[in-house]
Amino acid sequence: MRLGFNLLFGGFLTAVVILAGALAPWLAPFDPVLGANLMNAELPPDSEFWFGTDSQGRDVYSRILYGAQISLTVGIVSQVINSVIGVTLGMTAGYWGGWWDDLVNGLTNVMLAIPSLIFALAVMAVLGPGLVSLLIALGLTNWSWTCRIARSSTLSLKSQGYVLAAQSLGYSDLRIMFTQILPNMMGPILVMATLGMGSAVLSEAALSFLGLGIQPPFPSWGSMLTDAREMIQLAPWVAIFPGLAIFLSVLGFNLLGDGLRDSLDPHMRTRKA
Amino acid sequence: MTDPLLEVKDLHVGLPAGGGQMYPILQGVSFKIMPGEAFGLVGESGSGKSVTSLATMGLLKKPLRATGGEILFRGRDLLKLSKREMRKLRGDRVAMIFQEPMTALNPLVTVGRQIAEMFYLHQGKSWAEGEKLAIEALANVRVPNPDRRAKNYPHQMSGGLRQRVMIAMAMACDPDLLIADEPTTALDVTVQAEVLRLIKELCTERGTAVLFISHDLGVIASTCQRVGVMYAGTLVEENWTEALFANPRHEYTRGLLGALPRLGSRSSHGRQRLVDIDSIIDDRSKLTQTRFISPREEGAPA
Repeated sequence: MRLGFNLLFGGFLTAVVILAGALAPWLAPFDPVLGANLMNAELPPDSEFWFGTDSQGRDVYSRILYGAQISLTVGIVSQVINSVIGVTLGMTAGYWGGWWDDLVNGLTNVMLAIPSLIFALAVMAVLGPGLVSLLIALGLTNWSWTCRIARSSTLSLKSQGYVLAAQSLGYSDLRIMFTQILPNMMGPILVMATLGMGSAVLSEAALSFLGLGIQPPFPSWGSMLTDAREMIQLAPWVAIFPGLAIFLSVLGFNLLGDGLRDSLDPHMRTRKA
Repeated sequence: MTDPLLEVKDLHVGLPAGGGQMYPILQGVSFKIMPGEAFGLVGESGSGKSVTSLATMGLLKKPLRATGGEILFRGRDLLKLSKREMRKLRGDRVAMIFQEPMTALNPLVTVGRQIAEMFYLHQGKSWAEGEKLAIEALANVRVPNPDRRAKNYPHQMSGGLRQRVMIAMAMACDPDLLIADEPTTALDVTVQAEVLRLIKELCTERGTAVLFISHDLGVIASTCQRVGVMYAGTLVEENWTEALFANPRHEYTRGLLGALPRLGSRSSHGRQRLVDIDSIIDDRSKLTQTRFISPREEGAPA
């Protein structure tokens, strides 16, 4: 695998987010929820509260660390759901063709025509706010691109010699899809999922900002921004740090996805070889 | 007299041409293969050799469709089998190897595991047993260091080795019939001879019948007992190999043989032009009406 700047820097940012989330209980100096103390409200960053405190006197640094857990959960789980739906539909549509292909294509086009945030809002409105419904909503919205890529990859892999050979050796359709086709298109699917994590984190922030995602007092970067909105002129750090966290983690996921694409795509590789 | 292993009877394959019309691809192909026999199909590109073999495997890709005739394998009509029954037969009783060894193996799986999958799939063996049997199978196709090679990925192997792996997969379950669709075309001449000898030896050893497809008359002559010559979707001539080469009855066969350069013919017969077959296979639907009476077939003056 060729290591480029995108891959390394994106990987570094992603690793930081993962470590922050995983080690939050040990790294965070204060409890993100119960650490409220109105005596300390809206303190600017100093040696005790590195990123300052919010209107309830909670340490922003600790809340950002815990917020990483939520962002990662949302990013990973929603992309797993997206990929499973997209790959299942796209691969079967590409392999079997016929009416099933037409149906899946139609569905994909419909999904692409609906703005994903609006669709997620609608799902959230039905399911009610909360982490689980957020995961379901984001998991159901962004599979259409994965589906398209899976379908077109399947169409091109279907004509490969080893797929024909597998057919002639008595493999069943499902066996061919899972042993011959799926492993050979993991590259683009993985790239899509990584890029999708970035947009899922953004959507989570947006939905939480609108009050539909993670409910207070639990720390999500999006809901932290909502809280900070009223005092952005008096205590800008309450908004700046969650904003930076969102920005850097999304940047990290996107660069990682780009880097993966560059190093997994054989056409890009030949350029250097 | 024993029953034939495979009997293709008046096989028609067509391509829908709109308005309910079928554009004919194969027109009444018939031949028999006895158990353990090697039967060759020769013909130029587009003559229907591969379509015949794919039809036998039940692997005709849509829009291509068998429109008539029967393919009897041990008395059962393959064209009437369900998808599931056909799948059980493929790889187990009838196996196939292809022209392109470079692309015929899954690039992400070790060859040992790909062979093991055949035992797992058709004989219900466990993966561990399968992988042991795979090493044996590699040894049987004369791959040196089979236990080490089993752990290789296809890209670590040469074309000849990959074709041996394909043969090992095809022969894993001791099929009754092996269809070899130009198995040596993509290989260089020395490797070609080795692979041909391997196929011949393995099939003789195990009593496997072979349907050998090639456009190389030399390859057919050295491997097959009987030959069929295909032209424009029909079998124009069928005979014992020696008889066919000694005494070609059909004008097209004569043309094919005449187009072969012969070593030493210049010293014995002096300088001669190789015969060339003029005209290409043109519109097959017209051939239906005239039964392909074309200048090349009559040997008529143009």
